[in-house]
Amino acid sequence: MSNQLLISTRKGLFSARRTERGVWDLDAVAFLGDNVSLAMADPRDGAWYAALDHGHFGAKLHRSRDRGATWTEIGVPAYPTPPEGHVEKDFLGREIPWRLIRFWSMAPGLATQPGLLWAGTIPGGLFWSEDHGDTWQLVEPLWHMPERRKWAGGGADAPGLHSICVDPRDGNRVTVAVSSGGVWITEDLGKTWTPHTKGMRADYAPPELVEAPESQDPHHMVQCPGAPDSYWIQHHNGIFRSTDNARSWTEITDVKPSVFGFPVVVHPRDPNTAWFVPAIKDERRIPAEGKVVVNRTRDGGRTFETLHRGLPQAWAYDLVYRHALDLDATGERLAFGSTTGSVWVSENQGDDWLTLGEHLPPVHAVLFV
Amino acid sequence: MPRVAFTRNLQRHVACPPCLVGGATVRESLDAAFALYPLARGYVLDEHGALRHHMAVFVDGTPVEDRRALGDAVSATAEILVMQALSGG
Repeated sequence: MSNQLLISTRKGLFSARRTERGVWDLDAVAFLGDNVSLAMADPRDGAWYAALDHGHFGAKLHRSRDRGATWTEIGVPAYPTPPEGHVEKDFLGREIPWRLIRFWSMAPGLATQPGLLWAGTIPGGLFWSEDHGDTWQLVEPLWHMPERRKWAGGGADAPGLHSICVDPRDGNRVTVAVSSGGVWITEDLGKTWTPHTKGMRADYAPPELVEAPESQDPHHMVQCPGAPDSYWIQHHNGIFRSTDNARSWTEITDVKPSVFGFPVVVHPRDPNTAWFVPAIKDERRIPAEGKVVVNRTRDGGRTFETLHRGLPQAWAYDLVYRHALDLDATGERLAFGSTTGSVWVSENQGDDWLTLGEHLPPVHAVLFV
Repeated sequence: MPRVAFTRNLQRHVACPPCLVGGATVRESLDAAFALYPLARGYVLDEHGALRHHMAVFVDGTPVEDRRALGDAVSATAEILVMQALSGG
């Protein structure tokens, strides 16, 4: 089980550890005062990565080879220079810069692909590195495909590629999800891409576009490592599941207190078990009735349990972003953090929760390491 | 020689003390400064060489007009200040 949690926040990367007494305490912070958008741990070599989003100075990437004792700034993706006179516009006619705005996801390749990293960014570019992040290349076929120009911002001004699932059976097969721009799969290490959104719907789009791939706004997507034909998506429109390798998706409806939310995690071996953090959708984006809860299904979405023991059940308005819920490799320990700086940990799959912090900066992401 | 000075807030990330450099334009002078401090380039300019949206460059107290090509002329005694714009928060 993991005994350490990395918490990426608006004002630094915090570390928390489980003590011998069985409680979780904050024990360190790196980049204090800086906006850390996410962290990633590479299981192949133990390296940690921290993506920073300096307001003035741009997006940066740092790597630690000693579990956070020291950090080294490494390379960042660069968008190509657009053709002279080219003005890129999104689906709604708004200008999209060809410029790195923010890291929004990172994923390592397989053990058979040493040094290979993937990075999803805002405004929508997917990049890869073959040298542990020292240098990056744009996955040009995805960026230049005509359908990409139909993507639009979802929660941010520009489109963002926030989920990267490297298929554990075949590292050439990578599934990515975009807000807002659907789900895309390559089977040949990025050379060609096809949309995979059959079964999804977008109530927020005009009737003619409800089922269009580019209309879909998956908030977060995960693939079950032990049963990789199974995916879960927390979509703007609700919860969707695929059990056929993302060829089609089934909508899960009637989930209380809300089918809306941002994050989802799936059990590492049991594809029927997944967790969500529900919130009231568009109009407010707060927990229903001021109660922070976690939804868990153990039967593939047929039923859900609403878990609340140890979580605030009154006057709580914590919103949980898409990368701010994590599950450790054993599938036992969960953690999530909120926009109001609270972090909770569970050691029994969500049945009970411990408060780890209540006064941290806004939490962007949590990660067991 | 033009003198280039970077905002003190940048020093937290990259050591780049004031330096005397050559150059007849802001671009040439900044390139010379970035030759001394390579890591600073990405903090001031984007991947296309344009000034980052929330950065500002002043030449003898006047903000540069050409934020993209940085073609504003500089004199041999120019004071070039690389600052943060308040718009960045």
